[in-house]
Amino acid sequence: MSKVRVLVGTRKGAFILSSDGKREKWDVSGPHFAGWEIYHMKGSPANPDRLYASQTSGWFGQIIQRSDDGGKTWHQPGSATNEPPAPGGRPVGMSNMFVYDASEQSGKPLTTHQWYDGTQHPWEFKRVWHLEPSLTEPDTVYAGIEDAALFRSTDGGQTWKELPGLRGSDTGPRWQPGAGGMCLHTILLDPKDPRRMFIAISAAGAFRTDDAGKTWKPINRGLRSEHIPDPTAEVGHCVHRIAQHRSRPNTLFMQKHWDVMRTDDAGDNWREISGDLPTDFGFVIDVHAHEPETVYVVPIKSDSEHFPLEGKLRVYRSRTGGNEWEPLSKGLPQSDCYVNVLRDAMAVDSLDSCGVYFGTTGGQVYASANAGNNWAPIVRDLPAVLSVEVQTLP
Amino acid sequence: MIRVVLPQHLRTLARVSGEVMIEVHGQATQRSVLDALENSYPMLRGTIRDHVTHERRPFLRFFVCAEDWSHEAPDAPLPKEVTSGAEPFLIIGAIAGG
Repeated sequence: MSKVRVLVGTRKGAFILSSDGKREKWDVSGPHFAGWEIYHMKGSPANPDRLYASQTSGWFGQIIQRSDDGGKTWHQPGSATNEPPAPGGRPVGMSNMFVYDASEQSGKPLTTHQWYDGTQHPWEFKRVWHLEPSLTEPDTVYAGIEDAALFRSTDGGQTWKELPGLRGSDTGPRWQPGAGGMCLHTILLDPKDPRRMFIAISAAGAFRTDDAGKTWKPINRGLRSEHIPDPTAEVGHCVHRIAQHRSRPNTLFMQKHWDVMRTDDAGDNWREISGDLPTDFGFVIDVHAHEPETVYVVPIKSDSEHFPLEGKLRVYRSRTGGNEWEPLSKGLPQSDCYVNVLRDAMAVDSLDSCGVYFGTTGGQVYASANAGNNWAPIVRDLPAVLSVEVQTLP
Repeated sequence: MIRVVLPQHLRTLARVSGEVMIEVHGQATQRSVLDALENSYPMLRGTIRDHVTHERRPFLRFFVCAEDWSHEAPDAPLPKEVTSGAEPFLIIGAIAGG
């Protein structure tokens, strides 16, 4: 029987929640990396026992952790104890070394971006927000970092190299931080075209490469953001999350700061699909595993009131690709609920009856084994949840 | 041998308990002690000092013989109490977070 493994990153450690295909009884493992912020964990589609985790701390900086046994044990890639540095050989202790490419070979090395006061500010590495393993190579993984840039490792996380064409695009100096920092938080790999990727940055917008990361172009036409001087500017949009169905990689769904958006031409043109949502502010968005026109969001009251409307936690589902939405509330708290659901904290499994999962800043992880019709908490009292990913295992 | 005391989270990363014993060849300084520490425990690289600049991370301090050495020159010789092993070189995480 199939199994599911839910990877949960929180403010104070990581948790792994496991169940069989019924998704009724859960085993809870953790906290792993207790006391550390775990921004994201994700498993390799090519080898589900290969997991990557981003572990961060205000004191000790960034750590990359890797598991080769499905999360039972973890290690920092390339950092065996007492392993001597080998000149010219494999470097050790570099799995947490993210250095921006400033070389001439990168074409247009950039050293600054726009700061809050309009001046130019140096790019400064802060943390890894998102890890996206390759669809085909377990040792290849992408990292979206703050300050926004895209890095890649091809040796299982031992070393990292920037794909500088993204920052080197003409718009780089105009990017500026949102309230949560200038983070690259979304990485989507096109399952049909290995040279195509999509990424999103707060607060710059969405970008696409068609040549495996060498060059990038902003794909923000159709977005409208009233909080920037030119609401339809090429960049400057606060994209919160983008989701994609594997069968239709050119169709993307976006939860923007305000507005839920859709494109059917790989981002060349977006249109609003907020429709009858009670509020179109929010962070997460995801797509049903088997129904590419079924989309999920969690509406949040506003950009200053980061909690559900009326204290009622409701997921909204559209079965029409947007515009027409239905509230899903069975099993979710419908009074006095003032949690948030952060941008990386929703995921779906691919079992026949699609499971949907999300985590809250109140430490609950909710699961629905029937596409959102009914919900139940897997756990109620974790630290604030930063990210949720799901693996469907044989 | 020089005794180094790590904060709890770095002991976990290094998979050690208690003090760490470090052998330093030549003059014992903050730089040479940290170099030797990172050579023995490469998983600590970047957690105490920046990977590139080798500057101390802002929320860490270095205490020696009941004095704060965080702002001393990295190549200043450490006291003989540390080089003899009578006193440890302490790496301290700042109290922060409320």
